[in-house]
Amino acid sequence: MTLAEAPMQRERATTIYEKSKAGRRAAVLPGAEVPETPIEDLIPANLLRSEAPNLPEVAEPEIVRHYNRLSRRNFDLDSGFYPLGSCTMKHNPRLNERVAALPGHARLHPAQDPRRAQGALELMYLLQESLAEISGMPHVSLQPSAGSHGELAGLLLTRAFHADRGEVRTKVLAPDTSHGTNPASVTMAGYEVVKVATNQRGGVDMDDLRAKIAEDPSQIACLMLTNPNTLGLFDENIEEIAALIHEAGGTLYYDGANLNAILGRTRPGDMGFDIVHLNLHKSFSQPHGGGGPGAGPIAVSERIEPFLPRPQVVRRESSGGRDPSFDLDFDRPKSIGRLRGFQGNFGVFVRSYAYILSLGADGLVDASETAVLNANYLKARLAAGRAGERLPVAFDRHCMHEFVLSGRPMKNELGLATLDLAKRLLDFGFHPPTVYFPLLVDEALMVEPTETETKESLDAFADAVEEILAEAETDPDLAKNAPYSTPVRRLDEVRATRKPVVRQQLAD
Amino acid sequence: MAEATYPEDLRYHDQHDWVRVEGDSATFGITWYAQDTLGEVVFFEPPEPGTTLSKDQPYAEVESVKAVSDVIAPMSGEVTEVNDALTDSPERINEDPYGEGWLVKVTLSHPEEAEALLSAAEYQKLLDR
Repeated sequence: MTLAEAPMQRERATTIYEKSKAGRRAAVLPGAEVPETPIEDLIPANLLRSEAPNLPEVAEPEIVRHYNRLSRRNFDLDSGFYPLGSCTMKHNPRLNERVAALPGHARLHPAQDPRRAQGALELMYLLQESLAEISGMPHVSLQPSAGSHGELAGLLLTRAFHADRGEVRTKVLAPDTSHGTNPASVTMAGYEVVKVATNQRGGVDMDDLRAKIAEDPSQIACLMLTNPNTLGLFDENIEEIAALIHEAGGTLYYDGANLNAILGRTRPGDMGFDIVHLNLHKSFSQPHGGGGPGAGPIAVSERIEPFLPRPQVVRRESSGGRDPSFDLDFDRPKSIGRLRGFQGNFGVFVRSYAYILSLGADGLVDASETAVLNANYLKARLAAGRAGERLPVAFDRHCMHEFVLSGRPMKNELGLATLDLAKRLLDFGFHPPTVYFPLLVDEALMVEPTETETKESLDAFADAVEEILAEAETDPDLAKNAPYSTPVRRLDEVRATRKPVVRQQLAD
Repeated sequence: MAEATYPEDLRYHDQHDWVRVEGDSATFGITWYAQDTLGEVVFFEPPEPGTTLSKDQPYAEVESVKAVSDVIAPMSGEVTEVNDALTDSPERINEDPYGEGWLVKVTLSHPEEAEALLSAAEYQKLLDR
């Protein structure tokens, strides 16, 4: 079979709307046994549609086939190795799904009275306690629904903290290795971003940090730091950095995106941070599926606690030997307010709490140690082959849970861009690593294997990179035109960005 | 433009900008290296005509499929004209960085700043490092 004949490529993916035929139904409902009320009596005229919505009309077997087919065109963690740097694509234990699907968890209505949702509130309270212990910070809010949402919360807390002391500060420091969400959140919160340079070892450039603070210490609101950073390197000067920021009167924000490297080994609270967000969909094995839902709870130090979002999930001690009860505490006068409707993505909390309990304290340490070991093994395996010359590691020291390679020599010597290598990896059955990030590494390739991969899958990935570099020495076009085996070939990203088609035109 | 080129008649800034000085006015753009590193440009956000530019400070943004980057002013002055054609055809920055891909025209407030900029040979030496 030639690649052009691959069955996945023969049929263009269709939308469910293209499958629609007037009158087809997935189910026929029985007639109502109660008197019908005209819809006009139930809904105000200004909210009623004048014509029927254009919904697809499809029979059940076609619906099932449609979505099943689409799912097979996807690459997912259950299909293969997914070393997407900074995303922690670890296995999602099936036990968590069973627990989350229990009717008491899955069918609980978000508007349920707290007195009738004691089990759910207790689970949230216990998750808060667990995350407090893991982060080394005494107080937790589960409200933020993503890492970036946690960042925004952290900056709003920072502003509330300074305002409470009668201060107005305008600048937030962030290293040039930061995740793009950091400067974006800073701007969204109304602060000015001040970039801090990276030193030769891949950590914060201390001279540059001192200089940026010295310009006007009274304007420094916060420093946002990821540690280990996006180069996969633990900052050796973290204590000094924390001291400098606290001396200037700023808060210290820990971006928990890379927490998977340090679980149970060190804690943001012990490093001197004030606020941290934890990505439950990264470190705590909640599936990333389809861009959400995730959760980005924040943990904070004592001095930030009064400003936490409300309501907080609290435990109330009972008198007379009765069990304690759990409640939502709205009585928080200094709070920055609500960050979302209801109490958060509850299913995410159930899965993450199940994960924490099933691994236990020892298991979480093992997970992080294995994540770091896997990354260092893969880095060494790659360096021993052609990648050692063509794709050298950007900052050559032991890494934490991920590492960043530079494709600059590969591009100069073989004419192969990092993007070409990434696309070719798809033909070998691997999801490509993160490309072109962090920005300070030329032709960057960021690899995060996670702890749930076997030595065999790491070896197979290293072998694939070796083979791609070897074939490019004789035929660079092979990679430049890749992929060949996927449902679609290389997409025209430029046209998609310049002239996006966001609405499908259907024939009547 | 597939091959790296750095015209002799331009002055260069180490943040990968070029300047064509004509008396008290000048044209700014980004170098072949800059557009090659960015990859295909999909969006150019120009400053308003009349904006005051300060040497070494960002004055515009270019977005490629890889990232959004600041464009740094190689000299100080006031923007007199913006290359409006880039709104619909930002690919001109890739195809012809020194010609149709120019970004802004500027009335220079400190023409003597040109002396501190790099020659084509000096800029290429910087890239080789």
